[in-house]
Amino acid sequence: MTLSGDPLVRLAGLEISVRDAQGQDKIIVRDISLEVQPGEVLALIGESGSGKTTIALSMLGYTRGACRISGGTVEVAGHRLDGLPEARLRGLRGRVVSYVAQSAAAAFNPMLPIMRQVIEPALVHGLMTREVAEDKARGLFRALALPRPDTVGDRYPHQVSGGQLQRLMAAMALITDPALVIFDEPTTALDVTTQIEVLKAFKAVVRDLGTTAVYVSHDLAVVAQIADRICVLRDGMVQEQGRVEEILFLPRQDYTRALVAAAAARVPAAPMPDLPRDAGDPPLIQMRDVVAGYGGVDAQGNPQVRILGGVSFAIERGKVLGVIGESGSGKSTLARVVAGLHAPASGRVNLDGYTLEGEIRHRDKEQLRRIQLVFQNADTALNPAVSVGEAIGRPLTFFHALRGTDRKAEVVRLLDLVRLPAALAGRLPGELSGGQKQRVNLARALAARPDLLLCDEVTSALDPVVAEAVLDLLIDLRRELGLAYMFITHDIGIVRAIADEVMVLYGGVPVELASHEALEGPLHHPYTRLLMASVPELRPGWLEAANSAFSCGSSAGAGHAAGCRFFQRCAISRPGLCDVLDPAVHVGAGQTIACHLGFDGLQAAPRIAQGAIPA
Amino acid sequence: MNTVPKSGVAHEAQALKIRRRRFNVSLLLGGTTIIFWLIVALVGPMVAPHAPGQVVDLDVFSPASSALPLGSDYLGRDVLSRMLIASRFTVSIALLATLLAATVGVFCGLLAASSGWIDAIFSKLFDTLSAVPSLMFGLVVIGSLGASIPVLIGTLATVYSPGAFRTSRALARNIAVLDFVTVARARGETLSYIVLREILPNLVGPLAADFGLRFVFVTLLLSGLSFLGLGVQPPNADLGALVRENIAGLGFGAAAVLVPTFAIASLTIGMNMVIDAVSGGRRAGGRR
Ligand SMILES: Nc1ncnc2c1ncn2[C@@H]1O[C@H](COP(=O)(O)OP(=O)(O)O)[C@@H](O)[C@H]1O
Ligand code: SF4
Ligand SMILES: [Mg+2]
Repeated sequence: MTLSGDPLVRLAGLEISVRDAQGQDKIIVRDISLEVQPGEVLALIGESGSGKTTIALSMLGYTRGACRISGGTVEVAGHRLDGLPEARLRGLRGRVVSYVAQSAAAAFNPMLPIMRQVIEPALVHGLMTREVAEDKARGLFRALALPRPDTVGDRYPHQVSGGQLQRLMAAMALITDPALVIFDEPTTALDVTTQIEVLKAFKAVVRDLGTTAVYVSHDLAVVAQIADRICVLRDGMVQEQGRVEEILFLPRQDYTRALVAAAAARVPAAPMPDLPRDAGDPPLIQMRDVVAGYGGVDAQGNPQVRILGGVSFAIERGKVLGVIGESGSGKSTLARVVAGLHAPASGRVNLDGYTLEGEIRHRDKEQLRRIQLVFQNADTALNPAVSVGEAIGRPLTFFHALRGTDRKAEVVRLLDLVRLPAALAGRLPGELSGGQKQRVNLARALAARPDLLLCDEVTSALDPVVAEAVLDLLIDLRRELGLAYMFITHDIGIVRAIADEVMVLYGGVPVELASHEALEGPLHHPYTRLLMASVPELRPGWLEAANSAFSCGSSAGAGHAAGCRFFQRCAISRPGLCDVLDPAVHVGAGQTIACHLGFDGLQAAPRIAQGAIPA
Repeated sequence: MNTVPKSGVAHEAQALKIRRRRFNVSLLLGGTTIIFWLIVALVGPMVAPHAPGQVVDLDVFSPASSALPLGSDYLGRDVLSRMLIASRFTVSIALLATLLAATVGVFCGLLAASSGWIDAIFSKLFDTLSAVPSLMFGLVVIGSLGASIPVLIGTLATVYSPGAFRTSRALARNIAVLDFVTVARARGETLSYIVLREILPNLVGPLAADFGLRFVFVTLLLSGLSFLGLGVQPPNADLGALVRENIAGLGFGAAAVLVPTFAIASLTIGMNMVIDAVSGGRRAGGRR
């Protein structure tokens, strides 16, 4: 055990290298020196590839694949981990140091009940009997604010939600009372409303148990809630270390400043002036009562599994509709319906007043050209075997019959439009960075010269600083080309920055449709309120102050036939009304809300909510 | 503070170095072997000193001499000349059969991956085919149609097309769900463009490895059939036939039986080494 005053973790001059295909050693992390005091939470922050996880794993004495510790020392709780034989390390892992990974789903065996897996580390290391371990686990479940702590252990991993599984993994990590816990992006894969619950649980348990932790994240606002100190990494080197307040409010390095700026709330883009149009002109795209789902369709036109239930909206030329909702709320399905990749079960999609066919093969080329789709994950959206020039060139040939030098010139122009050098045309996607890929992805969509871009989470997979730049580009392009966007995201901050109008989806149903001004106003659907209140702010102490606005309960209820879909999570619901009748749609200035309470009821609600929820 | 032996790290570095060296060595060795046999098949018969059926020695299973570098066989024919002609038969029949199997398998696999009902039909068909034991299938078909070279090639291709079908179908289905295929579909591209230009280029690497593996299987089955007398017919011979007819020489270690045996082994092992090195290297590269 460590004497008081001594750091619990000490990395000195740590260097980790990887052997590449040519047999050359490449240093991926160099000269890392840092210390963690007992009871302290240190955050490692940086973009993907900056070496966060590599450094965190070295504290388990672990290196991935062809990596190895090529210099310096790693010391945890009095043990030198570098160079320790695997057998000795196994004796330490899970007992002295434990690990909470990004994807709990991948860490649990789906075939075994949760309790068995949670207590396994304690049994493997022979620290306690099964009964004692199970008692201890139930105590941890309680401390982590898991619902039904006494029985949740009997369930199987697929029977609990993602946020609950993440907390159960933390319980597994804490069961042995380890000296150090490493959290590796544990909330990154979660929705904001879930993230806040998980963060609160982590924070409480770390505080109550006095756990020493290393918290890896790319999200500065999250880190600000949970860490005592922050270590900023870039390209495998420490940029800056300091207390949370120092990093947030007095960053010394340019890179840290850029990180802080990217994490801060964006200034909304200047709104687009309305394009000239005749009063009678139909909107560019209009959706009316679209119902879509999977499986066969019954006599009433309802699919077996209903994903979208009665969605209506319109997008004018050059305008941006932001679509926001948690994962599984049907956002991508909505984009696929517009693009013709998923035929709706009922309802219509109109382009310039003409009804579009449900399926691509019945749409004409001109209709296909005018609507283009841009996907979230540029890694899978670009064909790895096709060069950048060919990827962008194909729509030019397909839609505009451009060939040869004309096509080449146009490819260069498009690359320039997305701020990429012409030399990239000959490269394969594998040779590009994430941000470059996303720009190529965008250029390919622009090559069709569309009127509407369907952007499905286009910045979600990017690092914050890169995402900022892509967002700026999208805003510029819109101004330059007069494009309309349907901008799908789960990040309300982005929607605020770019959208003229916002649609909030919950369980496949629009619960609120608000103009940009109305979104900044005080009156919202309870779910919108919850979303807004769940976005971490860039200041320490926000987590403690945040109460779950209008929400109790944690998981979305199973789909039920009638009533408000938000009912089970809504703190101001009216049982007997909300769970029986579908909510009425109330129309206000620049805003429609689907809630039984209506505008007046919602205005009166905050007081009720405050009373109902213990902070 | 206890002192920590550096040996763990050093050991790992050593293991890495060995793995890397093995990668290069196996590519070099396997590649050389394959190229050697290709050249033999190409020019061998032209430089053969004797006709394959010509009896040149009164002694049978005579040892190597300056006149007969690999000795004589069970009838007193020149083993070197017979080896040269047999290599051509084995390599070219196996290559053609593999090519046919791969072409049919990949074509049907891609078609199946892009359409539901075609998939149902083809999957049933190929499943049935691969349920029949391959040697038995060969015996029945060649037994009833007679042992000619086209029949031989057709039989081998039929036996090994289900494997190529299944591999390409699985690979193509994995790629067909990726976003870039969806983008192409949303653009309104035709099915043939999507299959040929978006999907196929991504299959080339894995399919090449699959081709090599199938070549090995085909060579072994061909040699097996020939050993049973169902392969290339006299006076011509392939490697399997050479082993069979000279099997009596095994007792006194005649080159007539050992050399063709070694040839079959080196051909298949060489191909295996190349596949190993190439796909292993790919895996190591992909991890970065
Ligand atoms: N092929 C499919 N079959 C059945 N359900 C599906 C299929 N694809 C998606 N879903 C379901 O549709 C729902 C909405 O998905 P999606 O539109 O992708 O949501 P989002 O983009 O908002 O995350 C999810 O519950 C998902 O599981
Ligand atoms: S309809 Fe009822 S349950 Fe639904 S959001 Fe409004 S108050 Fe809450
Ligand atoms: Mg989605």
